[in-house]
Amino acid sequence: MSRNKWFILLTGLVIGAFAAILVKLGNPGNMGFCIACFERDIAGALGLHRAGVVQYVRPEIIGLILGAMFTAMFSGEFKARGGSATLVRFIMGVFMMVGALVFLGCPLRDVLRMAGGDFNAVVGFIGFIAGVGAGVFFLKKGFNLGRAEYSHSNVGGYLLPIIFAFFLFLLLKGTLFNPEAGGPLFFSKEGPGSMAAPLGISLIAGLLVGFLAQRTRMCLSGGIRDFILLRDNYLLVGFIGIFIGALVLNLVFGFFKPGFADQPIAHTMQLWNFLGLFLVGLTATLLGGCPLRQLILSGEGDMDAAAVVVGMIVGAAFCHNFMLAGSAAGVGNYGQIACVIGIILMGWIGYSYREE
Amino acid sequence: MEKLDVRGLSCPVPVLRTKKAIDAGARELHILGSSQTSKENVSKLALSQGFAVDIKVDNKDLWEMEIRK
Repeated sequence: MSRNKWFILLTGLVIGAFAAILVKLGNPGNMGFCIACFERDIAGALGLHRAGVVQYVRPEIIGLILGAMFTAMFSGEFKARGGSATLVRFIMGVFMMVGALVFLGCPLRDVLRMAGGDFNAVVGFIGFIAGVGAGVFFLKKGFNLGRAEYSHSNVGGYLLPIIFAFFLFLLLKGTLFNPEAGGPLFFSKEGPGSMAAPLGISLIAGLLVGFLAQRTRMCLSGGIRDFILLRDNYLLVGFIGIFIGALVLNLVFGFFKPGFADQPIAHTMQLWNFLGLFLVGLTATLLGGCPLRQLILSGEGDMDAAAVVVGMIVGAAFCHNFMLAGSAAGVGNYGQIACVIGIILMGWIGYSYREE
Repeated sequence: MEKLDVRGLSCPVPVLRTKKAIDAGARELHILGSSQTSKENVSKLALSQGFAVDIKVDNKDLWEMEIRK
């Protein structure tokens, strides 16, 4: 195995291990990291949705984006760029969140759930592979969202990291603008949003993983995509590393509980576990990266990826305000409809954006 | 030498375009692109297909390479 592959395997192991440790220190079950869930919690903390049980400014997300930004700055890769069908990417971000919240997790949490013995996540994983496969079908037909251009100013690339740094400032300072109604930040008193590892450790874990993921180009959808498309297993090795790292520590901590029933923050409606991650896999492949990769790219100055991140946060607000998000009880009618609409929309975009 | 411009394209389009050109029978290609990720991926593909890779320009925001078999 080449040196690069050892490095991405090690990166995966570190991410998986940190995920289990974060759960041990207080994060919700099988949710050491979940890009979708944590962006949803941030949407709640900002008051964009009113689901009281999922509101917290997750420091992991802030660490990831800032860690990627500092790494990209030191390596000279930080460059503001954008302009590749930005609004389309924003809307795709919205629906990527719909798929993730129908399943209850992004692809990263899917791996962590499988490493915790959650068999529902295996069904989701099969849906994810099928979704990436559908995306590859469009890529082979000549799909692309157009060229991004480097900007003559780097300011645009700093905007999203600065906004997240401001959220961190509000979190640390604990300022209350409105003593009666609460805010600017809202925090869950119960439920998953109230479960969190200590702030400093979450932030450091995010920074470290942000650094590693920037260097290795870690991407969950990319792992499956490159294997299907090119028989290249580089990114897949990272994927496997995450699974092993989390599995080992889950066994050590006694978190590994194999089965379908009573899994933490999961449901057993298998069709929707499948279709939820199908939508995420398809969307991520058309976008060029999974939710984790979009976050890392936004730290590098990619404003199109930043539009996806903002789209996901707005999407999370829609998901809870419109009752689209799944819960332990399952996925409601509106969520099912939104998921199917998302798949049809991605099919339309995938078909329409063919070139040559 | 055939020229291929993959600047500004999202993953994995730069690699796919290169592969398409190779599959169409190209023995020599001059490729230019923008991101470091695409540089790594395109040169990895070229090497795996038995091409020699010669990086002509290697800036953080612009690269050019010639590949030949």
